[in-house]
Amino acid sequence: MLRFAPWKIVLTLAASLIAFMICFPSMIGPDNRKALAEHLPSWLQPESIVLGLDLQGGAHLLYEVDRSDVIRSMVGNLRDDLRRQLREEKIGISGGIGVNARGVQVRIPDAAERARIMPKLSTLVQISPGVGGSGLDISDAGDGQLKLNLTDAAIDNKVKRAVEQTIEVLNRRVNGLGTTEPNIQRQGNDRVLVEVPGLQDTNRLKEIVGTTAKLEFRLVADPGASPGDVDQLDQTDQPGKLPIEKQVMVQGEDLTDAQPGFDSRTGEPVVNFRFNIRGGQQFGTVTSANVGRPFAIVLDNKVISAPRILGPITGGSGQISGHFTVEQANNLAILLRAGALPAKLTIVEERTVGPGLGQDSIDAGKRAAYWAAALVVTYMLITYGTFGIFANIALLIHISMIFAALVLLRATLTLPGIAGIVLTIGMAVDSNVLIYERIREESHAGRSIISALDAGFNRAFATIVDSNVTMFVVAAILYFLGAGPVRGFAVSLALGILTTIVTAVTMTRMMIALWYRYARPTKLPI
Amino acid sequence: MKLLRLAPENTKFPFMRFRRVSYPFSAVLSIISVVLFLTVGMNFGIDFSGGTLLEVQAKSGTADLSYIRDLSDHLGLGDLEVQGFGSPADASIRFGMQPGGDVAQQAAVDKVKTALGDSYDFRRVEVVGPRVSGELVQQGTLGVVLSILAVLSYLWFRFEWQFAIGAIIATMHDLLLTVGFFSITQLEFNTTSIAAILTIVGYSLNETVVVLDRIREMMRKYKKMPTAQLIDTSINAVLPRTLMTATTVFLALLSLVVFGGQVIRSFSLAMMWGIFVATYSSIFICSPTLIYLGLRNEQRAASEDVTGLGGKTGARPLSSH
Repeated sequence: MLRFAPWKIVLTLAASLIAFMICFPSMIGPDNRKALAEHLPSWLQPESIVLGLDLQGGAHLLYEVDRSDVIRSMVGNLRDDLRRQLREEKIGISGGIGVNARGVQVRIPDAAERARIMPKLSTLVQISPGVGGSGLDISDAGDGQLKLNLTDAAIDNKVKRAVEQTIEVLNRRVNGLGTTEPNIQRQGNDRVLVEVPGLQDTNRLKEIVGTTAKLEFRLVADPGASPGDVDQLDQTDQPGKLPIEKQVMVQGEDLTDAQPGFDSRTGEPVVNFRFNIRGGQQFGTVTSANVGRPFAIVLDNKVISAPRILGPITGGSGQISGHFTVEQANNLAILLRAGALPAKLTIVEERTVGPGLGQDSIDAGKRAAYWAAALVVTYMLITYGTFGIFANIALLIHISMIFAALVLLRATLTLPGIAGIVLTIGMAVDSNVLIYERIREESHAGRSIISALDAGFNRAFATIVDSNVTMFVVAAILYFLGAGPVRGFAVSLALGILTTIVTAVTMTRMMIALWYRYARPTKLPI
Repeated sequence: MKLLRLAPENTKFPFMRFRRVSYPFSAVLSIISVVLFLTVGMNFGIDFSGGTLLEVQAKSGTADLSYIRDLSDHLGLGDLEVQGFGSPADASIRFGMQPGGDVAQQAAVDKVKTALGDSYDFRRVEVVGPRVSGELVQQGTLGVVLSILAVLSYLWFRFEWQFAIGAIIATMHDLLLTVGFFSITQLEFNTTSIAAILTIVGYSLNETVVVLDRIREMMRKYKKMPTAQLIDTSINAVLPRTLMTATTVFLALLSLVVFGGQVIRSFSLAMMWGIFVATYSSIFICSPTLIYLGLRNEQRAASEDVTGLGGKTGARPLSSH
């Protein structure tokens, strides 16, 4: 009981001191932290605790890639590819290519032609290497009727790729907003989490993230065009629909750059863009051939504007005007630069906290923590006297160790996390209480001071471990199943349990041993 | 200095004598809890029921609650729950899931935002769609079930089966009464409440383990003592510690309730109730179960003497060495 190797004492002291030093930068506020950082060498930059979105304010948006949208575009591509393939192979079909929810069907009356095309059909939908199975389920419904259905594997594969692509596009888009440290990551199979700290205006974020931004340049249809080649599309700035040719002249993919600007004559906000070589050539050809006709700039199936082609545009650059506000022009430029989303996104969960509320939560959490600490410390003091002081010193080290661990692990501190720390303030002293009560009991049973101390520590230890293991298991499960703030609670709770064993058992024991050695008490103070 | 003692020295309460009262009493409370849960039900927050929660603050003056309430008629969003809290400028608006899937939820928020316009700050916006809330319910249930199973298997491993059963019954009791507490107070039940429930499970087992540990120790020490008396002696021995720890945790939770703010109040209140119930059940529910399950100290001692196997308790005491 009394013997402690000097190195153990040194090590314990050092650990406590390091814990204090790690916590220090988080306690002094951002301005002082900056000042401190300037005075320290680069390898010793102060790390601050990471605050959750509920404390620093910010937006948490969970998006889901629209699976049915992915399937729809896959079916569309399949139909186009099939038509091209049949034309290349000069296969005669009767009727057209029929489209259903999961695939297409076509009737090839000639058996020889059917046999010839069959092996080529299966290559129409490819799955990325490494994923087993075929992409297309081809069945012969009799009478020359072939049914080509997309397999689940093919759809899953496409959804997965769509999520990856979405994350890339969103990274470019959100970075274009100029906010600090956005976090964009995959969640599950078909979801994307977008977290932007410190953002107040979620409407703009939602607009930037949720727009598919598929840009097309198409000709406005002549009155005499056949209805099958024409889409009736809405317009953004005025009511009524415009007849637009189905054929796309140039696509948004062929843009290399887009910047917001102002029209040199009207002063109206516009977006200036530049085509790549292919897009520039295509645009030049079409505009040369259609001078005098109006063409439409179509974004997500809505006509932004439909200017008349005044002359051939061969320079490879152009301008989109559509009675924009400055912000709309900015947003459109960001969207065009970042590229289109592969599929529609839907918000399935939104949690936004304003910075004011976040700060209020921090203040409330701090106040609760100070009060809890003050109450518990006072209570321990009036119950256990000298031993209460030891327990309180251990408690102080315990709290700073939790914080230090949070900083080192770069774990996120949330409001429930603060509640977890406050709770461990109440629970951490439980180990001390177990030990002290046991010491009292042993001493009442007639043991000498030193033997009561020894028995108290040894016998209470089994109980401390048992009771803390159960709590730790609960915290671990909460961590793996909980999300966001609740996870922060689990982290604080688990760390609190780990550090309490170190501080309440080892440190208190050391303090009592030193006290016994130097004070030489004749009776126990509890 | 005279030190404070919560429990008098060397108490000799005959706790086990109360088992004929405490068992039926708790059984009735548990049944009432279940009935309340099934009839009144819990006030599920939007995490589990889906829907929208907005916290707004008037930019100047006070929040016009009746005006906000009237919005429901104009906007057609169904029942709009409007509450003032904190300062008079604050209000919370909650409405249920809108028909039409995830897109409809967003549209509803936009309607309210437009209606309240520039005179309010939106301090918190939470929208939980139908699919996410379904998943949160699954995860929450799974979490509660898993943690109970995990902790119980640990108890099984560390203690004898009667102890494990006693702990299960005590834990279930605490769980049911907490559910009853949520039903009766209509405190909002959300993901943080799941955290509270799991922490109560942890705390309840913590309390139970402390009592059981002592009973086990006493069983080794006093092999001839009748079971009821042995349990009473054990509980009396740990009573000072039980009260002391319950008080420190209570003080911490009290600070959270008073100063911790609106968001975690329901968590803190539930936890407070939880430590009360857990302390009670570790003494009055878990320990009597040992008697009902026929834990016979005298017989055990006798059989141990015959076989000479000291390890019959099946548990390895831990020590700090």
